[in-house]
Amino acid sequence: MWWYVGKRLLQTIPVILGATFIIYALVFLRPGDPIAGLFGEKPVNEGVKAQIEAQYNLDKPFLVQWLLFLKGAVTGDFGNSYTGRPVMELVQQAFPVTITLALMALAIEMVLGIVAGTIAGLRRGGLFDSTMLVTSLVVIAVPIFVFGFVLQLIFGVKLGWVSPTVGGDWSVSKLILPAFVLGLVSFAYVLRLTRTSVAENLSTDHVRTARAKGLSERQVVKNHVLRNSLIPVVTFLGVDLGALMAGAVVTESIFNIPGVGNLAYNAIKRGENPTVVSVVTIMVLVYVLASLLVDLLYAWLDPRIRYA
Amino acid sequence: MPEIATRPGQQRFVAPLDETPLQDVDSVDLSAAPESQWKEAWKRMRKSPLFWISGTLLLVVAIVVAFPGLFTNADPSYENLSDSLAPAREGHPLGFTQQGGDVWARTLYGARASVAVGVFATLFVTIVGVITGAMAGFFGGWVDSVISRLSDIFFSIPLLLAAIVVISIINNVWPERQFWGSVFVVVGALALFAWPQITRQMRGAVLTVKNLEFVDAATAIGASRWKNLVRHIVPNAMAPVIVTATITLGVFIVAEATLSFLGLGLPRSSVVSWGNDIAAAQVLVRSGQHLEVMFVPATALAITVLAFILLGDAVREAFDPKARKK
Repeated sequence: MWWYVGKRLLQTIPVILGATFIIYALVFLRPGDPIAGLFGEKPVNEGVKAQIEAQYNLDKPFLVQWLLFLKGAVTGDFGNSYTGRPVMELVQQAFPVTITLALMALAIEMVLGIVAGTIAGLRRGGLFDSTMLVTSLVVIAVPIFVFGFVLQLIFGVKLGWVSPTVGGDWSVSKLILPAFVLGLVSFAYVLRLTRTSVAENLSTDHVRTARAKGLSERQVVKNHVLRNSLIPVVTFLGVDLGALMAGAVVTESIFNIPGVGNLAYNAIKRGENPTVVSVVTIMVLVYVLASLLVDLLYAWLDPRIRYA
Repeated sequence: MPEIATRPGQQRFVAPLDETPLQDVDSVDLSAAPESQWKEAWKRMRKSPLFWISGTLLLVVAIVVAFPGLFTNADPSYENLSDSLAPAREGHPLGFTQQGGDVWARTLYGARASVAVGVFATLFVTIVGVITGAMAGFFGGWVDSVISRLSDIFFSIPLLLAAIVVISIINNVWPERQFWGSVFVVVGALALFAWPQITRQMRGAVLTVKNLEFVDAATAIGASRWKNLVRHIVPNAMAPVIVTATITLGVFIVAEATLSFLGLGLPRSSVVSWGNDIAAAQVLVRSGQHLEVMFVPATALAITVLAFILLGDAVREAFDPKARKK
């Protein structure tokens, strides 16, 4: 087991290196001079410019810049943004909001998706099943920001149940509606996956055996159908955490949430390259670690899987 | 009917042929080519209502994309501020946008850009994914290692963020672009980071198919490695890829709308698209008035995406009868 964890951790290294390299190349090889922008209207002072460039390593060859970034990132130092604030400080402020939002969305889509998917799968072709299928299709087909605005209008503005925007002083209760919106599309996928998987497992031999030895329907579903059906769902949820953090770009801009998505989006628009690279690197890390966690969860769900 | 000779001491237990003549059901036309997986799937698909519903919807969408002028006389890019949010009137059945454009005409003409992004991004992703996936699965070894690691890397970068970065960079370098230039920038940004999904799927399918008996049979009658791959393995491994590609097409159309919402999709000045119109109407929704200005393009987009998802489901059922309702 620990051997396997070590091996998987080693395998993630080239992925992280490659991903940071691609983003670094995209961002830093773009034409235009980030430092010239700092001078605003004033004439560019070559001496000061050279000094700032040296400070941000911009005077060094591209590969050296990338290696220096990696060296800093390993020790938790992402360098400074062009406005002079350490990127780590910006990230430390924004990250807790987004990870809370993403985990809440994950919890919502997981609970709703698995419960609804199981009921639909057990009664395939029934009224509940058909309703859920249509709902999931609509949710996938309509762009998420349309739902965001409509729900914000209904619950935030018209009914006044929740505050329509979150703003600087965020709290878990303010994030419920945004988390629901963020998790909506994935809810549809979890529902469809669970439904198919449950329906498939219902007709397997081991479920027939479980019924034959006289287990109650409840026990059959809980111990024999669900446990096996959850494997593809868990795979999806693991990959989804990373996608949710990126999808937060949209949700955070609708509800004005001071998270990583907003940070990344504004940084991209303003050409704040150090911030862009750092945020994307963190998102890649989250994705990679979540996939590792999923691989380890397999063994718990399916004891036949052994790590060698 | 020739008499089958019995040897001395041999007993016959099977009735002679003339006593139990071959029935129609037993006859096999040996000269006919065997039915391919594709033909069988098509036979099943023809019976699926899902296929006909989605097919009809997509036909309507295709007609709108090709000839939007058939359904309206209004000019989609003509905007008159004195018509801002004006109600419907003769020739303008759904009223006007905030900028004074005709909602119905803009929705009809907007189909072209949205569908073009979906179709071309899917084409690109599928071609790259099928080639790389087939190579990785078929050749194995270092080819597989290189392709698999590369796809891991591109897969780990969030698609939406990556697309935002790419488009914002291109906006700096190439700000003035016309319709097709803008469409292909969005296509490129989405496709660049979306191909690994197809690659992984194709690789898995090729790994399964290449060990099946018919491939050995083809090798036995002298098919070369190359011919095996192109004629026998790839066509039989394509089914899951086609299903994913159909659904991905819908997802790309939604992604274009999302990028437009963030202000990084197709430029509003030169392209009429659903994403642009939905994004432009967000201000109205915030104030809770004139919701229809957003709902018309949003509904058109949703129906199109829905049609592609349903088509994907129909194709899946046709290729995999096991997955159908039992």
